[in-house]
Amino acid sequence: MSWSFSNDKPIFQQLKDIIILEIISGRYKPGDRLEAVRDLAVTAGVNPNTMQRALAEIESTGIIYTKRGDGRYVTENTEIISEIRKTYVTGKTRDFIKRLKTLGLNEKEIIQAVEDALEQGG
Amino acid sequence: MENIFECTNLSKIYKNAIALSGVNLQIKKGRIVGLLGPNGSGKTTLIKLANGLLTPTMGDIRIDGMPVGVETKKIVSYLPDHNFLTQWMSVERMIAYFSDFYSDFNHEKANAMLRNLGIDCTKKIKTLSKGTQEKVALILVMSREAELYLLDEPIAGVDPATRDYILRTIITNYNEDATIIISTHLIADVEQILSDVIFINHGDVVLCDSVDNIRQREGRSVDELFREVFRC
Repeated sequence: MSWSFSNDKPIFQQLKDIIILEIISGRYKPGDRLEAVRDLAVTAGVNPNTMQRALAEIESTGIIYTKRGDGRYVTENTEIISEIRKTYVTGKTRDFIKRLKTLGLNEKEIIQAVEDALEQGG
Repeated sequence: MENIFECTNLSKIYKNAIALSGVNLQIKKGRIVGLLGPNGSGKTTLIKLANGLLTPTMGDIRIDGMPVGVETKKIVSYLPDHNFLTQWMSVERMIAYFSDFYSDFNHEKANAMLRNLGIDCTKKIKTLSKGTQEKVALILVMSREAELYLLDEPIAGVDPATRDYILRTIITNYNEDATIIISTHLIADVEQILSDVIFINHGDVVLCDSVDNIRQREGRSVDELFREVFRC
């Protein structure tokens, strides 16, 4: 995981994004146990309270859950994971389209640009 | 008692300078708080008042509901902004000395940290480099099971790798009921471990808020906000 933070957003939100990305990209598998809050906070170099808050918010999406007295686990429900993955992809794609549109590209040109880039190996 | 640190209308006036003028502050338990301000803004004065090295000219300061005194010193662990180590002692002697002073000193914790850093405990303090001495000082202070840690400029004189180690030490040793107040002007380095920040300038508190709130509201980091508020 890369723990670097930008200046424009609260850190708990960025932690949330990083951890969710780890899950939807499959680096955390369904049913995997997450490290303890303290350990995650130390690796990320952040305040344990901030990590706690990020995890609580991720938990509210249903993608992770708490086993009492045993820590947090990634859900085994792959539907939730793919749902969140889909939302993530849509969001990223929209951002990307928006950026290209501000450069003055129309839809056709955007699709062309994507195809060209894919042809050259991404 | 929800507030570990509380001051009301706190003022400190030196002969011909006002160091703090009517400061009101409440700090809750379980937070890591950055006390941020330019040089000469009153950070060290506030910390010294909190551990009884100075007495207020006016106003009131309380630690866990108690006036500053013998009882509060038991629960406050203080890292001064200058070197307080007894130079002729060996590291292990210094540790024994410190643990004689404080009943909440945790030997195992201290030894583990010294081992991690590869510090030779038989060496005399005066033979250690400045950076290593700063590490030893921080280890002593963080090895106490205190309720309030007052760290005055803990990262000022060390290299970036050591700085990371110090910040990690702070997070690792911090427990949910303890509060840590870190004074510094190196905000970018500490920002991500802080829960709250206090901006202090010319002896006045100009801002007191959580880091999350500030980033959310301002859309920028505390460091960037600081540079604007304190633009010279």
